[in-house]
Amino acid sequence: MATVTFDHIYKRYGQDVIAVNDLNLEVKDGEFLVLVGPSGCGKTTALRCVAGLEDISDGRLLIGDRVVNNVAPKDRDIAMVFQSYALYPHMTVYDNLAFGLKLRKMNKAEIDKRVKDGAGILGLEKFLDRKPKALSGGQRQRVALGRAIVREPSVFLMDEPLSNLDAKLRVQTRAEIARLHQRLGTTTIYVTHDQVEAMTMGDRICVMKDGLLQQVGSPQELYDHPVNIFVAGFIGSPSMNFATTKSEGKDLIFGGAKLELTGAQARAAESRPDGAQVLIGFRPEHIEIANGQDGSAVRFPAKVDVVEYLGNEELIHAQAEGNEVVALLPSDRKVGVGDNVDLAVPMEKLHIFDPESEKTLVG
Amino acid sequence: MDFGTLGFAVLAIVGVPAVTVLYILATEWLVRGLPERRRATIRPWLWLLPAFAFLGVYLIYPMIQTAILSVMDRRSESFVGFDNYLGLFGNDSFWLTIANTAMWLVLFTGIVIVIGLIVAVLTDRVRYETGVKALIFIPMAISFVAAGVIWGFMYEFDPDIGTLNAGLATVGAEPQSWLTEWPRNTVMLIIVGIWMWVGFAMVILSAGLKGISTELLEAARIDGATELQVFFRIILPLLAPTIAVVGTTIVITALKTFDIVFVMTSGNFDTEVIASLFYRARFINGDVGSASAVAVILLLAIIPVMLINIRRFQQQEAMR
Repeated sequence: MATVTFDHIYKRYGQDVIAVNDLNLEVKDGEFLVLVGPSGCGKTTALRCVAGLEDISDGRLLIGDRVVNNVAPKDRDIAMVFQSYALYPHMTVYDNLAFGLKLRKMNKAEIDKRVKDGAGILGLEKFLDRKPKALSGGQRQRVALGRAIVREPSVFLMDEPLSNLDAKLRVQTRAEIARLHQRLGTTTIYVTHDQVEAMTMGDRICVMKDGLLQQVGSPQELYDHPVNIFVAGFIGSPSMNFATTKSEGKDLIFGGAKLELTGAQARAAESRPDGAQVLIGFRPEHIEIANGQDGSAVRFPAKVDVVEYLGNEELIHAQAEGNEVVALLPSDRKVGVGDNVDLAVPMEKLHIFDPESEKTLVG
Repeated sequence: MDFGTLGFAVLAIVGVPAVTVLYILATEWLVRGLPERRRATIRPWLWLLPAFAFLGVYLIYPMIQTAILSVMDRRSESFVGFDNYLGLFGNDSFWLTIANTAMWLVLFTGIVIVIGLIVAVLTDRVRYETGVKALIFIPMAISFVAAGVIWGFMYEFDPDIGTLNAGLATVGAEPQSWLTEWPRNTVMLIIVGIWMWVGFAMVILSAGLKGISTELLEAARIDGATELQVFFRIILPLLAPTIAVVGTTIVITALKTFDIVFVMTSGNFDTEVIASLFYRARFINGDVGSASAVAVILLLAIIPVMLINIRRFQQQEAMR
């Protein structure tokens, strides 16, 4: 068990490329922290810095209260699950699990016990004599997990461990890893580009972009209160709608419609000079068909382009004041293509951003 | 080049493909008369026939003929049983030849693989990899004869010419006669072979090395392996099939060694190996019987290596 602390961590390649830029983050003891972001955002590099597979250019990395910048991977008391699983192809499953323990000169009986226990947890008992080649993708993935857990390290590092699995297996394994974490309670840093994985698995999520940390928080914090346009657009599926408006007192002018704001949203609009551009954001699942909502919602007209039927819900693509808007509505709303509808967004679900700094104005 | 030669060249270039096409057409015409099912079974054999014919004429027949000659006298006139073999086995210089060939087998093969592996692993980690590899591979492109001549100068007794003795002279040591004292001379010849073949081993092993994913090595490092343990417990076992390929190729090369010995010592000063012994028996002593016996012994020595190679190849095919 241990904390992991990134203290002003930089990772540079050559002169120009900064893969990780001044990362400050503390992973709490026993926490499941997800590093998420688009490819090239530096999340994998950050993870490899913890593993000791990349040298840290600047800053201090602590595992527990020990600075490990110059500690070899083998002495960091970590275990890593790789995207490709990286199983030793010339060894049986048993030997794959036992390899790390043998290197640590553990006695045979203890090794045997740990391997059998680990195999039991992951349902691998039947495959212990097989080579990785004779296993399915899902089984290999479990061996990779098993190799990490038998070591009983103080930190697990996982680098997109689910990305080579098919959709169904991915959902299963996602739950399996979550269960495993609940059972073992080991500090885990998990890298993924998939925001659904991040939302479902993380105790906290750290969103990164271009080497910079954007926001850290619980899944709900990120969903409800994204600090900037990037996080707002990245978290949530389908992603948030954005539209440009102009501020006018405590209200916003959206094309021909006037959005009358109250509360925090009104204060956000007031903080901008009249006529200044303001970006609004609202999630597809928060849009409703206007039905006599009072001042607790903003309303604007839209014309329906496309209706995608999903069963109990429909994805409505509509044009609103020159902006493409996607709305997720219950399918009993009976909205048809070409219909003119009034859409409403509850006031507290309306996000307001400064288009220049890209930061939220709703504090 | 007169017209006859030119005509022959044109005939060879145009004629061979023409005959091949004609052969295919002829076989198709032949099998057309057969029922559908028989056609599929017979066609592959017809296509293999020319290859078998060439192998038979140029490989199987000479092999059998050599075996027969090895039990005839020096002029191939009368049957002498195993006299040629017994004659060889009773001769000390034959056993010296076997000892030299054994030295070639062990030292040449072993050192080429070890150095090739070291160079492959080391160059894998440097930026100017291609340059280093090209440099080490170049001797492979030099003919054995040229290499023999070059190294002849290196080993020259006169310190003004011989590089090795020049080196000794600078530290004040006496010049040495590198190619006249056994077993040092055989070792010196083997060094020439190593210089030529390390490039080959390096290139093949390096390709094998590239096939091992870096994530695998990283996984081992995180699992607690030191660099040496990564090498011996991960890289080496995964490279074993490649090492076997390189090993068998080099073993066969070692058994067939001739050029270096012939150019540098002509098999004198007890440097004889099987192939040069064969040459001496056949073309200098004119003893067809003994020469054939040597050839048969060489063949028997190579067969197990070939079998291992073929078996391994089949296993690899089965794994796919």
